[in-house]
Amino acid sequence: MLLQLNQVSLSFAGNTVLHDVDFGVEPGRIQSLIGPNGAGKTSMFNVITGFYRPQRGEITFDGERIVKRKPHSVTQLGIARTFQNVRLFREMSVLENVMAGQHCRSRAGALAAVLRLPSQRAEERKILEVSLECLDFVGLMGQQDRLATNLAYGHQRRVEIARALATEPKLLLLDEPAAGLNSGEKQALIELIRRIRDERGVSVLLIEHDMSLVMNVSERISVLDHGSLITEGAPQAVQNDPRVIEAYLGQDDEELAL
Amino acid sequence: MANRTPTLREDIPRGNVFQRFYASFESPGRRRALHALIVALLIVTPWISSQYVTVILTNALLYVVLCLGLNVVVGYAGLLDLGYAAFFAVGAYTVGILTQQFGINFWAAIPFALLAAAIAGVIIGGPTLRLRSDYLAIVTLGFGEIVRFTARNLEITGGASGLSHIPEPSLFGWQIDSSIDFYYVFALLAVLAYIASQRLFDSRLGRAWLYVRHDEDAAEAMGINRVATKLAAYVIGAIFGAIGGIFFSVNLGAISPESFSFQQSVLILLAVVLGGMGKIPGVILGAFIVVLGPELLRDFDTLRLLIFAVLLLLIMLFRPSGIWPEKRS
Repeated sequence: MLLQLNQVSLSFAGNTVLHDVDFGVEPGRIQSLIGPNGAGKTSMFNVITGFYRPQRGEITFDGERIVKRKPHSVTQLGIARTFQNVRLFREMSVLENVMAGQHCRSRAGALAAVLRLPSQRAEERKILEVSLECLDFVGLMGQQDRLATNLAYGHQRRVEIARALATEPKLLLLDEPAAGLNSGEKQALIELIRRIRDERGVSVLLIEHDMSLVMNVSERISVLDHGSLITEGAPQAVQNDPRVIEAYLGQDDEELAL
Repeated sequence: MANRTPTLREDIPRGNVFQRFYASFESPGRRRALHALIVALLIVTPWISSQYVTVILTNALLYVVLCLGLNVVVGYAGLLDLGYAAFFAVGAYTVGILTQQFGINFWAAIPFALLAAAIAGVIIGGPTLRLRSDYLAIVTLGFGEIVRFTARNLEITGGASGLSHIPEPSLFGWQIDSSIDFYYVFALLAVLAYIASQRLFDSRLGRAWLYVRHDEDAAEAMGINRVATKLAAYVIGAIFGAIGGIFFSVNLGAISPESFSFQQSVLILLAVVLGGMGKIPGVILGAFIVVLGPELLRDFDTLRLLIFAVLLLLIMLFRPSGIWPEKRS
């Protein structure tokens, strides 16, 4: 397993958010995490990436225990993420946004910058190259000098993915990447997710409400309800699982529409 | 959402007179020409102006160094520091004590002063930079006062009357003592501070400051260590302040606790905010305004500071993000 959660529990002021969750992502997989609103999906992302610290349980990534690590150190190990509500550095350029991802893969300090050491300049060139390559990969070449906030919403989501890819991750966590996209953009997103795995060898774990996208792109689906993992398996099996249908009862029909 | 063909034009400011004027400096050719002009002006000025003007300009150049240092903290990293004069004091006192009381050579004392400022920066920044920015403002305010009171009460710092007869430095037989000599020293320091600021801004660290300032969580998620990044800004600001203090002490030959008051911190902060936080030319402009403003208004005698204050208020009223702000609004 690339990522493994063992008996992870999280609660806030007595309210249980995650309850004894056992969960794993195999290397090279495209996997989805679904569940009704408030099931704890984003909390699980936050636990994995170090933004929340679980009360109990163990998380290992690539053989390292990561429960007590800070978010930046988790990213350094190779887990990148996007946010449910796009969180770009709005007043900075698209290129500067993507360059943020390369921060943890470079090391020049203040003195090297002030003296413009050859190593620092070479590193800056590498940061620029990798960032442009990531922008190209998500199909935004030519937009690099625009302010992030001036891009169309669908493009902002792509910038966020490019920024995450620039951290050179082994695992990419996408939090509702299709939210707010039109059907054409959703189709392109499916292709992009596949290319991320196939061409870059990055495993992908996504939270998504759009069931047709989830069924289309995932090789494995895990279902979270009220903080507990209720079932896991291949898309077809999960789709027909009575527990899943029950969990979604009372939910918006739209979410079940396949 | 408009889906027009994306062009670069869209992001270039237009309309406003200020924005058009500032945008005209964006071209590298013009910028080089402007740099050359400024260096030439810096060189000839003391030969064509009176000693009085030279001394005032020297002071303005000192403020350029201090303001560019505080700009790293406040403008780049977005940390409100109300006790910046403390680092200025640490630099000045370390050199003053080492040269005057221990007879150490001025140039040999400089590394100690820089180290002292860096350590002070880590001590004050380390525990507090984990907190929200408002707490930092209060802690730095306290730190500034602690440093001043310590200087006033210790014997080694000369108590309330401070240190005097700080020996003037010499460099390869050149005795740096006249007001023109010091003018050139500070002009060089200001130019170096400018270059360092620019290079830091264009570096990985400079970008990290902006990321952390804009969105701490997103920056952390990108693998940026929030606390270490802020601490770097704080320590670099401290070093700039100390450099100002080091040369300030030998320029005057005497320092006292009152040179490093809260008012001093506020004046430096005022220059940074007035000029435009995060924007180097703006900050330099701010430094010149706070030093030259009161001098130019000398004819108004007792009304001088009142008029100056009104002018500052007017500037902030019409240019709320500074005269030359970092980003177009």
